[in-house]
Amino acid sequence: MDYSFTPEEDAFRKEISDFLDKELPSEWFEKFRYTYWEEDDESWEITKSWNKKLGEKGYLGVGLPKEYGGLGGSHFHHVVFEEELYSRGRTPTWIEKNITVDWISPTLLEVGTEEQKEKFVKPAAKGDLVFCLGYSEPDSGSDLASMTTSAVEDGDEFIINGQKTWTTMAHRADYIWLAARTDPDAPPHKGITIFLIDMKTPGITVRPIINMLHSHSYNEVFFDNCRVPKSAIINQKNMGWYVMMVALNHERGGVNFPSHMKQLLGELVQYCKTIKRDGKYLSEDSVIRKKLAKLAVEIEVTTLLNYRTTCLQHKGKKITHEGSLAKILCNDMWTKLAQISTEILGPFVLLDRFSRRAPIHGDMARYFLNAASMGVGGGATEIQRNVVAQMGLGFKLK
Amino acid sequence: MDLEFNKEQQLLKSSVQDFLKKESPMTVVREMLSDEMGCSKKVWKKMAELGWLGIVAPDEYEGLEGNLIDLAIIMEEMGAACFTSPFFSTVISGIAVNEAGSEDQKKSILPKMVDGKLIMTLATDESEAWFGSPHISTTAAEDGDNYVINGTKLFVLNAHIADKIICLARTSDGEKPEDGLTFFIVDGKADGVTCHMLDTLANDKQNEVIFENVKVPKSSVLGEVGNAWDALEKVKQFASVAKSAESLGGLVSVLDMTAKYAKDRKQFGRPLGGFQVIAHYLADMMVDVDGSRVITYKAAWLLSKGLPAEKEVSMAKSFVSEASQRVTINGHQIHGAMGFCDEHDMHLYYRNAKTTEMQFGDSDYHLEKVAVEIGL
Ligand SMILES: Cc1cc2nc3c(=O)[nH]c(=O)nc-3n(C[C@H](O)[C@H](O)[C@H](O)COP(=O)(O)OP(=O)(O)OC[C@H]3O[C@@H](n4cnc5c(N)ncnc54)[C@H](O)[C@@H]3O)c2cc1C
Repeated sequence: MDYSFTPEEDAFRKEISDFLDKELPSEWFEKFRYTYWEEDDESWEITKSWNKKLGEKGYLGVGLPKEYGGLGGSHFHHVVFEEELYSRGRTPTWIEKNITVDWISPTLLEVGTEEQKEKFVKPAAKGDLVFCLGYSEPDSGSDLASMTTSAVEDGDEFIINGQKTWTTMAHRADYIWLAARTDPDAPPHKGITIFLIDMKTPGITVRPIINMLHSHSYNEVFFDNCRVPKSAIINQKNMGWYVMMVALNHERGGVNFPSHMKQLLGELVQYCKTIKRDGKYLSEDSVIRKKLAKLAVEIEVTTLLNYRTTCLQHKGKKITHEGSLAKILCNDMWTKLAQISTEILGPFVLLDRFSRRAPIHGDMARYFLNAASMGVGGGATEIQRNVVAQMGLGFKLK
Repeated sequence: MDLEFNKEQQLLKSSVQDFLKKESPMTVVREMLSDEMGCSKKVWKKMAELGWLGIVAPDEYEGLEGNLIDLAIIMEEMGAACFTSPFFSTVISGIAVNEAGSEDQKKSILPKMVDGKLIMTLATDESEAWFGSPHISTTAAEDGDNYVINGTKLFVLNAHIADKIICLARTSDGEKPEDGLTFFIVDGKADGVTCHMLDTLANDKQNEVIFENVKVPKSSVLGEVGNAWDALEKVKQFASVAKSAESLGGLVSVLDMTAKYAKDRKQFGRPLGGFQVIAHYLADMMVDVDGSRVITYKAAWLLSKGLPAEKEVSMAKSFVSEASQRVTINGHQIHGAMGFCDEHDMHLYYRNAKTTEMQFGDSDYHLEKVAVEIGL
């Protein structure tokens, strides 16, 4: 057993840390101060050019092989990079990177054709391509296998009809990673196929959904007789469920959230040491001290649970429920962190970004709003609990 | 014992419900988020005509001479409808005037307030003193026939449109921070008063108010010089119960809308409520709602009878504050991605619940008071 990073990994951490100190665009923090599910046209420009910069250094795809534009690093190098990046809070790099480089690209490397790897993974790792995830539909959220968007074979093409929803970044993406039904007669899991489709294909319409932070981050995507070549299929026809499971396994290993929580906890600690109430620093209040200490304990445990998943991945072992288990605690921690920050800031937490008197740049008001989504996106917490109960404990749930 | 509303209370409740359904449906609530008053002048006038602004004012000042239960009923329905207006800040200021004011002050202020012609607010909190703390640094110095007020107040509701701001200031230093505090009735448009609207989670018109050499005559002192603390504690009790009731109303709506959604929305071939975990969330939400109701109205009832209510008021505000966190986050959870949309109403309740939680003391603040009340 060894809970430490290797000297080489530590050196890599230092390299990333120095790079970020020097290169992170300062205007980002001054001008936008965005949290989750927020961005706009102007910030997107910065995101794109910053991701390209990361791509040039190979940092965007730390864990991807060098021949595909990555750094050829291990799972732990990836952890180190994500931790360093998210220890700076919400930087210009965000979920577009996770979707494109951390989730879809490794899946392509596992299950895609040589041609697809060449065409997509390298530009993705360079920051030249962005993908979005087309899974959820209005009537198929947690019950993804019930999806009805159809893809019907027609000569060398498939004709796609239907609707996806909650599609984050569809309005920015170059390609959509689309799950569609190709065999309506097969059992639900067995008739789905994944396609990677150019968003400029005729027949695709993107309609914005404004979220509760008043931002445009997710969308509805409509397919109206949209014709795509057979070469857009990932892996094989009707193998979509398997491909999605491969991609989901990459999605559930993230260390970015615990690292970001640590950063926010640090902000709160700093705040409590500088703000007085009733003549005493908040940091002297025993109730507040315990709340912050408890957060620190639970964030550490969350981090370690994610390390455990990484270890298994690193050793090439099969992951069953471990990613979901870590995600349960992680989701709950976000909500807890958000609530506790409100209890500590008191009425000041009501002050939004850029308001007079806003504490910690008004970030906490925004994270409090973000928290309403944290138990939902990427598979709701209840579904993760079902996974743990079934895969981890062997229960059969009806 | 009877924990249910009597006929008149039931009537008041349904008339407030009907009024708000008609005058302030959610579409109007949303339009009014950017309004400087938070509700239309027309609605304000109608509320005055119905007598609500005088709900707890004595008959001799043209009030309805109702009690805290009546006020709680109105606040609950306002919370249920996400209705914002200067109602609360005005009525609570009226209570301060009625509790501490001279006959002249009551005569000149209360009938006008009842008539809807006077918007009022309390200015107590500061940057290092909130939830009605006595550690006030705003000062009022005697100057001949006047006092001169200097300092900065925070989270002052509706100050930007207030005709009267009841400002808590220090007139002398005593042994305890509670000593030497005085209330002043300050004209909202007085020279030296500057309001800056704060940008808040629920768009609820909170202000930073700067008092810079604001000269007020001695006749504007509300209550006794140096003795505002007891009156403030009293007013805070009324305010805490009113805010608890407002929160309760919000929770009732969240439970309603979420239970309905869990019946309509199907996944895996059954309604969400058919999954035991979701059904249990909803059952817990109902426990929170009913628990909030019985403790809030117990506090209101004690106050309505003029009985000691310190303990129950703080129990109510504490319980409701924590229930608010649980109920609103579960409401979001059960709505899935749908609840994260701007056009869905869930987030309006989430924002309002946090806002009322942070007014007149959150759970931690009130638990400390309960600790004292149980002999610790
Ligand atoms: C901010 C955000 C971004 C998103 N981005 C994307 C994206 O880019 N692409 C994409 O495809 N999707 C995206 N989603 C959608 C997300 O994947 C779904 O919201 C999620 O899968 C849940 O589906 P739902 O919202 O339809 O909720 P539902 O499935 O309707 O669930 C509602 C509630 O019921 C519970 N529930 C459902 N089934 C069960 C069960 N069997 N047992 C117990 N409880 C159950 C859920 O846990 C939840 O609490 C995003 C969502 C959010 C909030």
